[in-house]
Amino acid sequence: MKDDSATPVEATASFGYGLDEDHQVLRDSIREFARNVVAPGAIERDIKGEFPREVVQQLGEMGYQGICVPEEHGGAGMDALASAIVVEELSYADAAVGVINSVQNSLVIDPVMRFASEEQKKAWLPKMASGQWLNAFSLSEAGSGSDAGAMKCRAELKGGEWVINGTKLWVTNGAEADVYLLFVRTENAERRNASCLLVPRQTPGLTVGKHEDKLGIRASSTVELIFENAQVSNTNLIGKRGEGLKIALVAIDGGRLGIAAQALGIAQACLDKAASYALQRKQFGKLLAEFQAIQWKVADMAVRIAASRALLYKGCWLKDKAKHSLHIPAMAKVFAAETASLCANHAIQVFGGMGYCREAEVERYLRDAKITEIYEGTSEMQRMTIGKSLVENPGRIVATEV
Amino acid sequence: MDFSLPEELVGFRDLTRAFAAEQVAPHARKWDAEKWIPDELFSRAGQIGLMGVTTPEAYGGSGQGLLAMTVVVEELARWCGATALAIAAHNGLACGHINIAGNEAQKQKYLSKLSTGEWIGSWCLSEPHCGSDAAAMTTRAEKTSAGWVINGQKFWVTNGKRAQVFVVLAKTKPEPGSRTISAILVERGTKGMEIGEPEDKMGMRGSDTVPVSFEHCEVPSANLCGELHNGYVDALKVLDRGRVSIGALSVGLARGCLEEAVRYAAERKSFGVSLHEHQAIQFKLADMETQIEAARLLVRQAACTHDSGRPDKELSSIAKLFASEMASRVGWDAIQIFGGAGYTKDVCVERLTRDNKLCEIGEGSSEVQRMLIARAQFARRQAAVA
Repeated sequence: MKDDSATPVEATASFGYGLDEDHQVLRDSIREFARNVVAPGAIERDIKGEFPREVVQQLGEMGYQGICVPEEHGGAGMDALASAIVVEELSYADAAVGVINSVQNSLVIDPVMRFASEEQKKAWLPKMASGQWLNAFSLSEAGSGSDAGAMKCRAELKGGEWVINGTKLWVTNGAEADVYLLFVRTENAERRNASCLLVPRQTPGLTVGKHEDKLGIRASSTVELIFENAQVSNTNLIGKRGEGLKIALVAIDGGRLGIAAQALGIAQACLDKAASYALQRKQFGKLLAEFQAIQWKVADMAVRIAASRALLYKGCWLKDKAKHSLHIPAMAKVFAAETASLCANHAIQVFGGMGYCREAEVERYLRDAKITEIYEGTSEMQRMTIGKSLVENPGRIVATEV
Repeated sequence: MDFSLPEELVGFRDLTRAFAAEQVAPHARKWDAEKWIPDELFSRAGQIGLMGVTTPEAYGGSGQGLLAMTVVVEELARWCGATALAIAAHNGLACGHINIAGNEAQKQKYLSKLSTGEWIGSWCLSEPHCGSDAAAMTTRAEKTSAGWVINGQKFWVTNGKRAQVFVVLAKTKPEPGSRTISAILVERGTKGMEIGEPEDKMGMRGSDTVPVSFEHCEVPSANLCGELHNGYVDALKVLDRGRVSIGALSVGLARGCLEEAVRYAAERKSFGVSLHEHQAIQFKLADMETQIEAARLLVRQAACTHDSGRPDKELSSIAKLFASEMASRVGWDAIQIFGGAGYTKDVCVERLTRDNKLCEIGEGSSEVQRMLIARAQFARRQAAVA
């Protein structure tokens, strides 16, 4: 591969993350779209905090908004690896577009495919897959982020309708979404107290509240949702009553791969920008690329990116093989997220003063990278997940067949 | 894309794992203290195919690829870096060079003995004044009517104390340049070759590292291994593969540290709870496991590019660099989890950590790897920029 972001991912090996032809074709086409269509407006959208409506519409038309939806429900019928490739390539151009796509697919479509009834899938998935519906996921509240079980927003079943009251926070895609995958408290019990509802945007009693003014991913909206006697039909209940949190956790598990892919895309963009700049900029009569101080940064970025990609692709492979793993997606997420921040810092340093200005884009990469260490499970939550599951099952250290 | 280990390798791994637990683990501390692994260990390793892992079956080897090599090395290193290093150097460097460059007669003669562990092999590249920049070597071999006459001194020769055959890299043309060096096979006991006393090392102490000097050391013409003046080119291929094995060695050492630390963090209590209940410890364990997982994936992926016939040199460097630096971090964290106990030789983590330091230095230091990786990264983009 000869383009400027060549990464060693061709299918040359029996083991590891070589891509087969289908995935290579997918990568090439989404890469072309991301670099030609998504990238050009990224700086301006970041400054204005402007949602990329046209880009998202085109993503829907091309089938990327429902990449894993089976063909019978109008989707592309591809796998988790394909989904990760799309998020990586979009995030390379604009991490805000990456997360819009990731939320659409891994946080909403994925749990709907797993937990919704046949009837619900038939009604909803074609709209999601075509991009007619933009999806959002609503779990967090002011008092419950990582600790989702402590939620206060409630719904009561009255005559076949759920009546929802309360406030949700940090809803990505929230201002523009057509539907919300909402998690609300429906039971009084200490455990198994939440349920999962699909709530249309037009539901009376639902209003979009405060828009957050964020450090990064500014082109994606993050809003407050206010429910005041908002009613949705019981036919919008996904899965069983009281088992919503299980659905949320499964969604977030899958979402980890999406965010790892987002982080990887940012990191790769940092490396490409920094390395290309180092080949043009001269100081003391030499190219930056000739200084070991710069070479070292480039090498360290490349190493962390290769390691992140290996973890991410293994996570995707496990998911596609239906081999459950809690720790590999967590590893992929925490490692890739911290890699993105490291690479962004390195890239700014290589650019020097130029890197501190918006035009070079690398300062945006650092702001965007930060969120990957926080949402869909902070780095601390990932380490808890890995550490706890390890001490419960130390035997997995030596079970390295997979 | 496939992340599962082929079935036959799972079998080979289990065999090696059992061998390491029975034959290596109980003695590793003693070997470290005494600076010597008994020769019998290598003949036993030969019996289960560990001394000719990548040597074709026709010469008595196991006929496996580099992926198998990484699996073997990881299992041995889990208990003892020195054992893993001695076996990796024998397989990868000595047998590896003969496999890559040797002619049929040389393979018949040497590989069959090396595969069983009856003979141990050594590879002589470094010199007192050139390590990473091996092309600057001064040891020379001159052609005479009878054969080759070698003069010079080699340093840091792994297995040199016990080896029966040495692959010696020497200048065969006086001018500088990479195509001025050839590989010549020298058997132990050849007149003019002197094997010095082993170095007293920080780690990898059971594996002997010696200086070897040549003073008018004469060997037959037939001992030229590979094409004339092409020895350095072959050596670089050997090193590319060797790097992957060193990466696997670090993965094994780090895994040993993690296994020990996880066990201890469950047993040991502080403030009324197991150590692993404290987030400070739990997070260390999480980071250790994450880094080991990533390193193993890189090492195996790199190995497979060699096995597929399209070796990815950059990935080999990436795997070696990440794994070796990872294992040092993991090692120090493991010592920290053990606290005072980890600082003593009763617990193996200090030994495994000492062993690992070599992996950041040998077969291309971390600095050389970074140079190579950066060079590859820039080369790939040069066209786009120009």
